[in-house]
This record gives sequence, C-alpha cells and structure tokens, in this order.
Amino acid sequence: MGLPAFIFSTPIAKHPPTQDSVRVMASSPPFESWLRPGPSGLHCLPGDFFIDPSGPVPRAVITHGHSDHARAGHGAVLATADTLAIMRLRLGELGQTQALAYGEALKVKDVTVTLVPAGHILGSAQVVIDYNGQRAVISGDYKRHADPTCDPFELTPCDLFVTEATFGLPVYRHEPDTSEVQKLLTSLRDFPERTHQIGVYGLGKCQRLIKLIRQAGYDRPIWLHGALRSMTDYYVSRGFDLGDVPNVMDASGKLPGEIVLSPPSALGDRWSRRFADPLSGFASGWMRIRGRVRQRGVELPLIISDHCDWPELIRTVTETGANEVWVTHGREEALVHELSKRQITARALRLVGREDDAE
Amino acid sequence: MRAFSQLLDRLTYTPARNAKLMLMRNYFLATPDPDRGFALAALTDGLPVDFPLRRVLSEIGNSRFDPELFRMSRDDVGDTAETVALIWPVTEAPGNAPRLSDIVAALSKVGRMGHAALLTQWLDQLDATGRWALLKFLSGAPRVGVSARLAKQAVADAFGKSVDDIEELWHGLEPPYTALFDWLEHRAERPSLAAIPIFRPLMLAHALEEGDWQAMNLADVAAEWKWDGIRIQVAAKGGTTRLFSRTGDDIGQSFPELVDHFKFDAVLDGELLVMRNGEVAPFSDLQQRLNRKTVTRAMLTSHPVHVRFYDALEIGGEDLRGRAFTERRERLEAWHREHGPAHSDLSEVLSFASKEELKARWEATRGQGIEGLMLKRKASPYLAGRPKGHWYKWKRAALTADCVLLYAQKGAGKRSSFYSDYTFGAWTEKDGQKLLVPVGKAYSGFTDAELVQLDRFIRQNTLERFGPVRSVTAKLVLEIAFDAIQESKRHKSGIAMRFPRVSRIRWDKPAEEADTLETLKELITSVG
Repeated sequence: MGLPAFIFSTPIAKHPPTQDSVRVMASSPPFESWLRPGPSGLHCLPGDFFIDPSGPVPRAVITHGHSDHARAGHGAVLATADTLAIMRLRLGELGQTQALAYGEALKVKDVTVTLVPAGHILGSAQVVIDYNGQRAVISGDYKRHADPTCDPFELTPCDLFVTEATFGLPVYRHEPDTSEVQKLLTSLRDFPERTHQIGVYGLGKCQRLIKLIRQAGYDRPIWLHGALRSMTDYYVSRGFDLGDVPNVMDASGKLPGEIVLSPPSALGDRWSRRFADPLSGFASGWMRIRGRVRQRGVELPLIISDHCDWPELIRTVTETGANEVWVTHGREEALVHELSKRQITARALRLVGREDDAE
Repeated sequence: MRAFSQLLDRLTYTPARNAKLMLMRNYFLATPDPDRGFALAALTDGLPVDFPLRRVLSEIGNSRFDPELFRMSRDDVGDTAETVALIWPVTEAPGNAPRLSDIVAALSKVGRMGHAALLTQWLDQLDATGRWALLKFLSGAPRVGVSARLAKQAVADAFGKSVDDIEELWHGLEPPYTALFDWLEHRAERPSLAAIPIFRPLMLAHALEEGDWQAMNLADVAAEWKWDGIRIQVAAKGGTTRLFSRTGDDIGQSFPELVDHFKFDAVLDGELLVMRNGEVAPFSDLQQRLNRKTVTRAMLTSHPVHVRFYDALEIGGEDLRGRAFTERRERLEAWHREHGPAHSDLSEVLSFASKEELKARWEATRGQGIEGLMLKRKASPYLAGRPKGHWYKWKRAALTADCVLLYAQKGAGKRSSFYSDYTFGAWTEKDGQKLLVPVGKAYSGFTDAELVQLDRFIRQNTLERFGPVRSVTAKLVLEIAFDAIQESKRHKSGIAMRFPRVSRIRWDKPAEEADTLETLKELITSVG
C-alpha cells in the first residue's frame, strides 16, 4: 500500500540540518507571514499543517502525547512513532498517520520539518521548520533535567523559538529529583504503617517516578491504580525496566508501608479508603508552592516536573540564539519581561486549550 | 538549621497529631544542644527575636531581584516570606549553612545597621527550605500547626517523662533549655524551682454521667456553680505574679490590672470572668480581652476582669496539693479573709439538702446564665490531669435546633476522604421569599457509621463543587446541639453558636419543618 497523496511526504535527508544555512537574512519577512498563531494553534502556511491544534484539522504535527497537545479527529497526523503509539492507546484509531524519527528531515510542501527530542516524555519532540532560509523551532513542552525515561532535550539553534512558560516565574526552581525521591523513602521509614499514595499524571510522570524510585535502590512492588496501567505497560514494552508494578486491584491487604501510584484525582478520595491510614503525596512542579500543597491537602509534596524551571527556560531561550521568542502558554508575562530586558523580542501567544495545571 | 528547617517543613504538611509528635520526637533526640533548645523555644513561646524583617527585606530585595518579577511572583505564591525564599538567587556562598544557635548568637550581638548584611549572608548560605524556615523564625512565631503543649508533649515522649513534668518546670526555664535536656538525659538533677512562680498542672473534671450521679453519696461531695469564664491559675511569689491558662500559657500580658493587684505568695486556681457591678458578663465579653498583647485604657474600664478563686495549690510556700479538698478550701477562705486582693472573690460552696434539691438548682442554671454545676469529692487531693472519680462537671443541658445541611467540606487526616465538616442553615424570609441562611458549622457529634451515611448523602445530592467544598440539595435536617447563641456582627446571619455539634440526623424530617432564624435569635436574650 503506497502513501496517500495528502500524507506529509517522504524523508529527504537523514541528518540534522546544519546551522549555517539558516541564519536569518536582514530582509527576511516577519515570521507571521508563514507561521501564524490562531485559535486552532500554530498554522504553518507554506507547509499546510497545524502544530498541536486544539481542534480537528486536516493535517497536524503533534509534539507529544499529552491530551492538551494530542487531540482526536485530525485528517492526518505526523509525529514520532512513540507519540503515535501513545495517541492510539489514548484516542483509538487515528486515521492517516506518518511516523518521523528524531533527526530525520522531511519535505512538507514548501518547508522542511525535522523532529528533535524535547526531553519532556517518551516520544516528545520539538518541531523544527526550515523555510526560505529562516528556521523556527516549536518546542512543545520540554525540560532540560535528565530523565531516565526519554531522550534528552537537544538544543537546535534557530531564528524563532516558540516556548511554553508553565513555570515562567523565578520562584520556580525544581529541586534535584534524587533528593525528592529520598523524601519519599524517608517518609516510608518514618511511617512504615501508612500506605504512601502518590498522585502522578499517567503519561510520563508515572513511569519516570517509578524509574527514579528504582534507581534509588527501592525494589519492593510499586502498586498502580488501574488508570496508570496501559501507559506503564507501553513503557515496559519499549524496554524500560520498571520492576514489579502490580495492580492495586489485585492486592489482598491494605498495603501498609507500600508505595501506591494513582492519578491525582484519586488522592483523598473514596478509592483511597482501602489503604492503611493513607499518606498522600503528589509529584509535580507545583509542589514548590506551599499554598498549592495545602490546597490539595497533600502531606508529602514531591517537586518533580516534566517542564523547564525558570533558569532552564532562560538558559534554553538564550542558547538557541533566537532573536524572536513566542510564548505559547503558562506565566508568559514574566518571561516576556525578562527576555525584553535581554533585548530579545518576545510576545505572548496565549494559545487556547493548554492545561496549565496538568503537570 | 537544616534539621530544623526540615522539621518545620514537614510539620506544616502533616495534619495528624501523632505524626507531628513523631517528627518532633525524632528531632529532639537527634539534634544537639543548644540548637534543639532554640527550636523548642521557636515551637512554644517563640524566641524574643527583635528583627525588623519587613524593613530589612525591602532594603536588600531590590539589589537581589527584579522588583517587577518579584511582584508577579508574590501574586503567584501568595506569601512574601515564601516568595523571597524561593526567588533568592542561588550563589556559591562561602562557608557552611549557619546553625540555629549561630543565628541566635549573631542576632543578640548585631546592631541595627548589621541586620541586612547578616540576613543576606544567611540567605546565600541556605537552601530554599532553609531560607523559608529562617524567615519564619525571624518573623516570630513559625505557625506550623503545633501548639506549645504539643511541642512539650514531644519532648516528654522523647525522654520517657510525662508532659506535666515538663509543664511544671517550664516557667522556671529559659531557652535554650540546656538544664532541662541535661536532666532529661540524666546528666544533671532536676532544675530547682524555689525562687520563681511556676505553673502547676491543673486538676480537671469528668463530665457527670448518669451512673456517677446514681452512685454518688451527697455527704461526700461539695457543689459549686460552674462559671462561664476561662480557667486560670494565679502563681505569685517574691513580688512576681504570673497568670497561666489551663495549658500553662502565660497570659498575664493581657490582664495587667490583675498582675498589678495580685501580690502575694500563693498558687491559686480559679475562673477568670468579666464582671460589672458584681454581675458576671457574658462569655463573649471575656473573649474581647483574650489574646491581646496590649490593652487599652478604654478596654480596662469597659471590660473589667475578675478572678473567682475555688482552690489553693500552695499558700506561703506550703504545697497543699496532697491535702483533702475541704482542708484546702478552709485554707483558701482563711487566706482570702486576710489577704484577699481587689478583683477577686471566692466561688460559693452551695448547700443543699437532697439530690432533688441539687438537681432543681442545676435545672435552673440556664435561666441564671450559669454554665452548670461542679461536684467535687471532699476527700480528694489536688491531682494533675483528669483523674477518675474526683471532680465532675455537670453542664446545663444543651440547646438544640433543627437546621438544614447546606455545604459539606472534606476533613483532614483520617477523615480526608470523607465530607465531615458541615455548614447548616435556618429559614428566614426576604422579600416574601423563604430562604436558608447559614447559621453555623459542625464537625462532630456523629458516629463513624453516621459519617459514612452522611458522606454518601452528600455525594449523591451534590449541587456544585468549590474545591474541597460541595453544596448539597437542601433537604437533610440535622438536629444541632449547642451550648449558647451569641449575637455576631461577623456572621451574615447575625448569630454565632457556641460548640455546635450534630446531635441527631433527622432523616425523617422534611427541610421545610426546620427551625427559623427568628427562633434561634430568641435564644440570645434568654441566655446570659
């Protein structure tokens, strides 16, 4: 079966584009002439596709599998193989799809598209678009912290850098994740009679936390809420050794002194009554702020984030060498303020449909 | 400082009492002197740190961070000290993080001009949690959900003593409490208390049960009114006078007129009341005087306080606690005839001929604005704590009202998955429309089985959710028991209940038949 005509294209090169070909010319047209922020997300006009659109479009390039970026109903989808697999698990059949490996350049109508690791979750990618000697990088969600469950962020020099700003305030500095995992293990020693129920988002955070706990030398079972099963199984099928991760449903007792992972919504809910005096934790970058910890009634805040903290945001934007920066969502006001101090043109796009709190 | 900041950090997030005790116990066992003593001070009475935090922060802030970014961050975080702790730039500061005792020592030496340099240096050396804890510490009371009593309990538990042992010594000690820890770790004798007035743990009463009443022989028992004030212990010696609350907190600062007049050598037990022309004023008047650091002249005149003594623990240096109640009472009366200071009198011992007569007097208490009766065995010594079979409180019968459940909120700790805090309302009329106005909140009075039923009802009848709060269809009637109703300007309903709790769940009663706000308001006038 050959590729249908409206699918993106076939790869043209198997190496990342070089930097010197893409420096912006003095007479370059504004980026808005070919990359346009709109209600459905970023629209690449000469390539005729949208990036992470908030509603159904004919052709979409998807950065990663989180539900505020990867939605159902597009005519055709271009993404990494992992992102496509994750989307199928979450959304069912996708229609037309095309997988693109990291670093593989693809001609899409008048532009060239390359996907580069974003370090956010398994399969997450930055979308690099080259057009008329200009290069734009749409980074999606990304982080610079090391993560044992995905490829590390790759810096791509560019003229326009499109970034998120979930933690775009200088108060957000994520602690080293090893020390956060130690907090959990210390609490297990202090409260060996209590079930430690930790809220995690099901894709990415869950599997990363399991891996971090394993790396800290903990080899007891880590029990899972049913909603975390399919994604965790996917990570295991992709070769990540997460140890023994049984279902809470199959446990016979009240699991005192054990680690249980669940979606955040199951913290302090009826589901948690089955456990021994449950101690609720939450693994999220928001746990840096005491008010947010209290608001959620969390006893054990673990500052583990899939997003950049403030120093990483500034460092990344600066290192790309971009002279123009667009901020898609989050605390964009502070980032725009900081970048203009550094004489980088920055503007807030305020894209709709991005979930600030789903971290 | 690291251990202390981690302790504060974990205490703020830990709701359960036992877990808090465990964290503090581990800290006091593992931390050396004098740091643990300063930590204990911070958790109890607070250290008398005189640090102009606000001024110093505004002085150094602008040199370390962009004011515009600070403003935005402050809006996001919601707390200035926490924002400073989090936004503070990470530097490769020379030297190790300061110990708590280093901080206290440096503060006692530094002059006004040195504050900014000192704080900057410390903030550079600490991590984010350390910076937060330091700023909490410098602001006075750390407010991490630990009462002074709980911190003392943790020290007692750590070293196998009773908390009353610690309380008794407490006011003779000073931070960093090295004498206390030396004694607890068997390196020294028990600290001596001869020279100063100290707190003696109080004797408390049990609620009178039907069985106690039946078994009681009236010839063995003395009866007094139960006054509607707060329990107070007056300890005076060598020209120093201290007023202690029932938990041993020194509350003398709020009542300068008593401290000035009570110059004697005795430790006495009594009730603190607001009195006007020999009449006991309502409890709400006394509340106006509590927890004030300074008292205005106007307040002294409009809300004059008074102590009604009912027991003597020590007179003229002689410990009377081993003597029988009747003997202590005689000594108290003799002492008061001779030395009785202004702003004080004695609680009357009631005479009665029969149980029927006593019961009749109890039944009349509500009309007289008295909280009930106290029954004390004449032979009982003065025992710390709540010993069984000695003192009984016989509170006047509670008032009840049928109210309608309006909102429910999730509880904390063991109750965190249950909707266990209930806001209830009474009917009123506005523009000819009948509507429910919230009149109070109750968290107790129901059994565990009833809690499960209430939780199910709330989940099945939810109208809207507001974070941890749900509004429910107004159809469940709760019979609320409460001790009294007061006028209140702070509440929309205009009333406030004292000690409201759920006495019965009226699954049978339609909401339309619940009580009206007007009925509840009538109870204000009939109660003192």
